[in-house]
Amino acid sequence: MPERLNYWGIPHTWGKPELYVYTIMFLAAAIMLFRFYRQASPWWRIGRSEPRWDKLHLRVWRVIQYAIIQTRVLRQRYPGLMHVAIAWSFFVFFLGTALATVHDHFFEFLYGNTLVIYKFTLDVFTIIFIIGAGMAIYRRYAQKPERLTLEPGFTWTLSLIVIIVLGGLGTESLRLAVERPDWGAWSPAGWLLAQLWISTGASETTLTNWHLGIWIFHLLTVAVTLITLPTGTLLHTLTGPLNAFFSKLDRPMGALAPAAETAEGKPIFVSKLSDLTWKQLLDGDACTECGRCQDACPAFGAGTPLSPKKLILSLRDALHHNGGQPNLVGEAIPEEVLWSCTTCGACIQECPVLIEHIDTIVDLRRTMVIEGMIDAELQDALTNLGRYGNSFGQSERMRARWSKEIEPKVKDAGKEAVEYLWFVGDYASYSPTLTEITQRTAEVFQKIGLDFGIMYKGENHAGNDVRRVGEEGLFEMLVEKNVKAMSRCDYQSIVTTDPHTYNTLKNEYPPNGEQPVLHYSELLDQLIASGKLKLSNKLGYKVTYHDPCYLGRYNGVYDAPRRVIEATGCEIVEMPRNRDCALCCGAGGGRIWMEEGEVNERPSESRIREAVQLKGVTDFIVACPKDITMYRDAVKTTGEENNLVIKDLIELVYEAL
Amino acid sequence: MNQDIYVIIEHLQGQVADISYITLAAARDLAQETGGKVLGVLLGQNAQELASTLAADSILYADHPALAEFTSDAYQKTVASLIGENEPRAVLFGNTSIGADVASVLSARLSLPLVSSCVKTSGGKLTSQICGGKIMAESELAETTTLITVIPGGYKPESGQSETAPEVILFDAPALDDLRVTLKGYIEPEAGDVDISKESILIAIGRGIQTEDNIELAEELAKFLGGTVCSSRPIVDQGWLPTSRLVGKSGQTVKPKLYLALGISGAPEHVEGMAESEVIVAVNMDPNAPIFDIATYGVEFDFFDLIDPLLEQVEEAKEG
Amino acid sequence: MAKIVAIVKMVPDLVEELEINEAGTGLDRDWLRLIINEFDNHAIEQAILLKERDAGEVTVIAPDAEGVEDMLFTTAAKGADRMIKLAGDLEEGANNHALARAFAEAAKPYQPDLILTGVQANDDLDGPVGPLVAEYLGMPYVGYISGVTIEGNKAIVRKEYPGGLIGEMEVTLPAVLGIQAGEEPPRYVAISKVRQMMKTAEIDEQEISELNPNGGVIAKRMYLPEAAKRAEMIEGDEEEIAAKLVAIFKKAGAL
Repeated sequence: MPERLNYWGIPHTWGKPELYVYTIMFLAAAIMLFRFYRQASPWWRIGRSEPRWDKLHLRVWRVIQYAIIQTRVLRQRYPGLMHVAIAWSFFVFFLGTALATVHDHFFEFLYGNTLVIYKFTLDVFTIIFIIGAGMAIYRRYAQKPERLTLEPGFTWTLSLIVIIVLGGLGTESLRLAVERPDWGAWSPAGWLLAQLWISTGASETTLTNWHLGIWIFHLLTVAVTLITLPTGTLLHTLTGPLNAFFSKLDRPMGALAPAAETAEGKPIFVSKLSDLTWKQLLDGDACTECGRCQDACPAFGAGTPLSPKKLILSLRDALHHNGGQPNLVGEAIPEEVLWSCTTCGACIQECPVLIEHIDTIVDLRRTMVIEGMIDAELQDALTNLGRYGNSFGQSERMRARWSKEIEPKVKDAGKEAVEYLWFVGDYASYSPTLTEITQRTAEVFQKIGLDFGIMYKGENHAGNDVRRVGEEGLFEMLVEKNVKAMSRCDYQSIVTTDPHTYNTLKNEYPPNGEQPVLHYSELLDQLIASGKLKLSNKLGYKVTYHDPCYLGRYNGVYDAPRRVIEATGCEIVEMPRNRDCALCCGAGGGRIWMEEGEVNERPSESRIREAVQLKGVTDFIVACPKDITMYRDAVKTTGEENNLVIKDLIELVYEAL
Repeated sequence: MNQDIYVIIEHLQGQVADISYITLAAARDLAQETGGKVLGVLLGQNAQELASTLAADSILYADHPALAEFTSDAYQKTVASLIGENEPRAVLFGNTSIGADVASVLSARLSLPLVSSCVKTSGGKLTSQICGGKIMAESELAETTTLITVIPGGYKPESGQSETAPEVILFDAPALDDLRVTLKGYIEPEAGDVDISKESILIAIGRGIQTEDNIELAEELAKFLGGTVCSSRPIVDQGWLPTSRLVGKSGQTVKPKLYLALGISGAPEHVEGMAESEVIVAVNMDPNAPIFDIATYGVEFDFFDLIDPLLEQVEEAKEG
Repeated sequence: MAKIVAIVKMVPDLVEELEINEAGTGLDRDWLRLIINEFDNHAIEQAILLKERDAGEVTVIAPDAEGVEDMLFTTAAKGADRMIKLAGDLEEGANNHALARAFAEAAKPYQPDLILTGVQANDDLDGPVGPLVAEYLGMPYVGYISGVTIEGNKAIVRKEYPGGLIGEMEVTLPAVLGIQAGEEPPRYVAISKVRQMMKTAEIDEQEISELNPNGGVIAKRMYLPEAAKRAEMIEGDEEEIAAKLVAIFKKAGAL
């Protein structure tokens, strides 16, 4: 019967080998913990406190989902498979070692078929590991993608874990070569290697001595790995799960962290590390430097100085830098870096360890706003928003000028009850480029027989991007004005064409009870489903659809607009970057109000080039007013205006009516 | 009090300012109502020959070292004593860096009524333009000597110029010591840049252009048209273009063959620097923008929607 | 330690359509939106810059008007030390002469070294406020200023002339300066800072003893300029307009 022999091949004269093993491992673990404590203690010694201990079951689930199953890591095939091959193998090795310890000291069960299965499993994962490690070596030394940090620390770590696994395989194969059990082939990798040793014709004593040497080396490698873990690449094996455990649960992705306050309610403007929360500092140490955020970042892709990865690493460097806390704005992180962010959320969506980049960026922007460190254009926009409630610097009486030609007159929701309160938004109201589309929207609503109204001059900019620019006070003021105006209206639901408005109304405004906030794509989708909206023309166009960040990534509305497009009889061809991988147009987070600065290729242009690659696609459908502005510019600047038509969803619906 | 109209003649570095000719024309219009004469008041040092082009009945000239170049204190004292002695029906100033420094102070010092930003003086009616040209206000000469500051728009400089030199009457400046304002020197505008006052084609941009990046588009258009980009005040205040490109009150006065105004509303401060252009084309989204009142051609359109097709067609026309 | 007073007033916001009152002699105040005079905003910026550079104390004086408190709190958030609101029957007839007398009276107790104000305002019908205040206080005045340096009891100022020429002037203090542009564009202040000021800062309200409009002209009639446009309007879509413009450019000798 297959039986497990403890400490095979260790000379009897050594007495109890487990004593050495446990002493060494205990010491190594103690040193590791101490070093980890030194690495981690600045989080709470420097960072502000923030409770993140609620909803434990959800937090544990996040660890399982993101740290053990690693769903985020698996979003990308090659690096995903590579990483889980290595990580899951180690999970199995740990489990295997733990089971062996149980077997040795508590409960003997590793014999017979159980032992064979045990051996087989470990061996298969050894092979899986070797494949994963091979992929890692190829990626790091042959592929060398730009997003990776190519530092010697990684080589050290990879060498260590490869040596650990090869050491295990070596001892296993040597033992098999000496023992030659009849179930040996169930350890296929070890068995194959054992054949090599046997073929050398070496004596049992020689093989046993070799085994002893490799066994000691294996043990020491494990110890060294543990000791160096807290300051190397493997730190993420501790901080990653911690970051997943402590990730934000109290608010949807679309709700920004509120401006920081002291216990006395005084605002905190983040200028030093000590103004950040311990969780924001943990973010820095949790970063695995995988660079997925950087790859997904529209600002980085455009050639602006922002890389979300570098930004998070700057926080880490600042935290572990000797000699005083640097100024975060300007010193640790240049101003232009912080202003380049479009708050599209792609970095957050991609991060395998759930780092919250944008909350930190906006915290730092708040500091810049309070210090007056803003460019002239943004200053103009904010001044206008404060004064007129819109960034265009036009009178609020002109807000509904687009509706002058609409017959019958659009209801004033402040004066008569309506079913749908249409929050039109700034761009749709004021931008001359959008007047026609806004009018179309009203006409479609009227044709459907929708009972809707607008707030005319009572509406103010909803404030989504004002908040993301870092002007929290102005955001609060706009919210107050809008809430007041809305409270005067009698309505059942709010509808808006603007995803930014949608996001802040839905996620950041004070809860308005039973009155849902709908994006017009959702409303149209509902009306089509219920049969109230019948589209008689089948348009038959081949189109592609661009997911607005604040509709898709932030609020998960991917299918409603697609169903509406399909209902108009169009065929959707997806761009490679679609749904939660959609590329931002570059206008969000207040970027539309700022000086553009130096860019290589605007995100909107990159997007248009992506779309024109699609065979037979004639129309580029958007569901956001700012997208119309951005992409109608971009088709011109890329010279694609004859190949691609930028259309709003409502234009398709109007045509199909 | 007599019925004469006095005009304070402005000059800088030996050059009579255009506004003084315009003011002389306004004074002539007013004198026809009052029945008095038009007298230019020239202050300076060895500056008597500046009188030769002025369309006035005669010139009152005071020569004093402290009056060689303009300073507010010396001018205020000299003009105050002249008004006190002669009591004319009205005294006209340019509403400029020179005239406005003097007129208001004298209104307070001599307790004389002041009408500012006057664009027209016909029929005894003083028509002022306020609120960026959006409001006209009409007033009349008061019972006492009335002080008036004049802005361009109502009269052409040529109507204030004369071929024949007027008679020059000397008068004594008062004691001009203990002056509280003195000139240390002039700082010439940045050299090396183009002189927009000599350009025959100008592309002017204003606040409506919104962002600095869009200046590039204007530059491109200027390149095709063989012109130069200039601007109104807000663009210069933002530092997007140097002061040398400023058109209007505190900038240059230009008279190009073609003046293309993009996103310029046409406040009087700007208009006075470009009203004499031969052909003015104004592109502005606001149908009520005052620029349309003086433009030859107007386009009520968003500059951003127009610029691309315009650049294309201009390029084609250039190549074809 | 210079004592600086900034004199500020609210003027009609030209973003709105302006209307004339029924009597036809003034603006219809019901329809008026007021905004800080942009030149005064530059004067405030210059005052704060001087304070930041040389240390000093900035007092801002403004007559009561809709929105004036927000404006004063904003200047406090920028760094002004004291805000004074002048109250009185300001609705009608408070021309610049009357205001200037009130400003002079209010500024006097602070014995300012320097009074800064905008060189002009869009509703000036009886001259700008600055020179009037100067004369009522017996101080020298220089306008069209775009740069100020204090050196002892003198100010060295940059006075703008047409054509970009700058006259560097020496002015004996105390003096009044009419600001054309501050050395920096007016800064932005975060709303939260302004709101903080609303809670902590106080506006000193002072009653104007007498509004004396003498010296200021009274408009007999106000009207909107005739709608008759000289400009020949070019219509069409962007392509058509562009084509017509190209023809005009050609005729004008460009191209």
